[in-house]
Amino acid sequence: MNDLIEIRWHGRGGQGAKTASLLLADAAFNTGKYIQGFPEYGPERMGAPITAYNRISTKPITVHSNIYEPDYVVVVDDTLLESVDVTAGLKKTGAIVINTTKDNEYLKKHLKGYEGEIYKIDARKISIEALGKYFPNTPMLAAIVKVSKIMTDEEFLNDMQGSFKHKFAKKPEVIEGNMKALEMALKEVEKV
Amino acid sequence: MSIRERLSGNEAAAIAMKQINPDVVAAFPITPSTEIPQYFSTFVSNGAVDTEFVAVESEHSAMSACIGAEAAGGRAMTATSANGLSLMWEMIYIASSLRLPIVMSLVNRAVSGPLNIHNDHSDAMGVRDAGWVMLFSENNQEAYDNLLMAHRIAENSNVRLPLMVCQDGFITSHSIENIELEEDEFVKKFVGTYKPEHYLLNDKEPIAVGPLDLQAYLFEHKAQQAEAMKNAKKVILEVAEEFEKATGRKYSFFEEYRMEDAEYVIVCMNSTAGTAKYTADLLRNKGVKAGVLKIRVFRPFPAEEIAKSLTKAKAVAVLDKADGLNAVGGPLFTDVTSAMYVNDVKVPTVNYIYGIGGRDTKADDIEKVYNDLAEIAKSGKVENPYRYLGLRRDK
Repeated sequence: MNDLIEIRWHGRGGQGAKTASLLLADAAFNTGKYIQGFPEYGPERMGAPITAYNRISTKPITVHSNIYEPDYVVVVDDTLLESVDVTAGLKKTGAIVINTTKDNEYLKKHLKGYEGEIYKIDARKISIEALGKYFPNTPMLAAIVKVSKIMTDEEFLNDMQGSFKHKFAKKPEVIEGNMKALEMALKEVEKV
Repeated sequence: MSIRERLSGNEAAAIAMKQINPDVVAAFPITPSTEIPQYFSTFVSNGAVDTEFVAVESEHSAMSACIGAEAAGGRAMTATSANGLSLMWEMIYIASSLRLPIVMSLVNRAVSGPLNIHNDHSDAMGVRDAGWVMLFSENNQEAYDNLLMAHRIAENSNVRLPLMVCQDGFITSHSIENIELEEDEFVKKFVGTYKPEHYLLNDKEPIAVGPLDLQAYLFEHKAQQAEAMKNAKKVILEVAEEFEKATGRKYSFFEEYRMEDAEYVIVCMNSTAGTAKYTADLLRNKGVKAGVLKIRVFRPFPAEEIAKSLTKAKAVAVLDKADGLNAVGGPLFTDVTSAMYVNDVKVPTVNYIYGIGGRDTKADDIEKVYNDLAEIAKSGKVENPYRYLGLRRDK
């Protein structure tokens, strides 16, 4: 891992991109890192495009601004590809991870010739299969951990087991499904 | 022993309040400080604190309830932002003139209008002359630490003034970051028990609070408030020293970052100081002698110390996250330049109004300021000292 990794999340209000960024911050914190997890607040409403950010570092982080040249971008909703410039400032040494079933040609066309690595994952399929409902943020969280190598799969799964126990203390029945979604996503994220 | 945690700035403020365990918290929700009373009210419901939580119907009432509680002899706290503070305005002055050491967590946000929920310092600057001690916080850690030190400063018998701890709305209030928390027992001991000298519920000493105060006395009372504010300087340093001994975290009137040999200095407050430090590091790697003077204590204003710290600079930029709208410059700029003038420090100084209404301030913006300072140092002249940073018409 580099000294500092910067990640930008694009999603729509209600899909949990903000929550995913906070969970990622949590997981990285638990492996001893310095972290920031913050959303860019606007006039939020269900379905509106939202942005969230992560900084993960081996050293204390002092910078307090949004992220303009991320190492990684996560797109939680592929309908954003046509309306939001998701690769803006994205480093070509980095990667973009997209929740999509669109073909590679479509993706390349809408990523404006982005030269870095492109990964895709069908988070809808995984979420429906594992949870019975569409919560794309859980698979996308696993996908970005896999692609960015912030931690090993094992470290990540162990930590998330603990986080889910805490987060879903009042509905433990959903923990297994969420863990399954993470495991499936770690396997199914693929390079375009 | 410190506890390694990750919390948002609002969570940090709420945890500090939990550990302080005040007698009364009275608050009304307003973005972006809403979470503070929200989290605190759950501590009350869960029995984690002994506090009487007063869910008032407005911020005017929140401050009024704090005044009543504090005058009665209790320890009272509140939290607010922007227009909430505006609505408190009448009572803000009453709290300080009655010499009631109420502590407020102010999560800075632009005062309307037009309506904006994002960060700038216009709310705090609106009460800068109200007689409150004002501490600013770069991040969640400082928001927490400043609250732990707050009562010791405010309640000191040589001070007895209300105090507000400021942090940047959303930028730090809603950002999860690493933080070192202290043990509950330590905080309890450090903050101590509140023992007011005069208070309404003391049946052995009946007193009146807030009577008519006309030509014969008001002037003297105002002079006493001014004296208390001067006294606060010494107390702030004493409390900081004790805090540092226990926690290892050092605080003073301001933080001097890479100032030993700095030629170009940025003076600013709250979260932007972090971005300025980051940028100063980048520039230092290129051989530029950049420094940052981060103001922590804005009231009382440490004029002499600030002027002294700027003596060796070749050019200074003061960053204001609120416009004074006085056609001259922002409030921090006029305070800093006045401090320099009175203390005979002659360094070319320029003002930038920035970040208004949540306009993001990037490392690139800060770098531009340092570049401007290099130009100013070269020419020795400041063409236009009242400038904007990040205003769209610049581009």
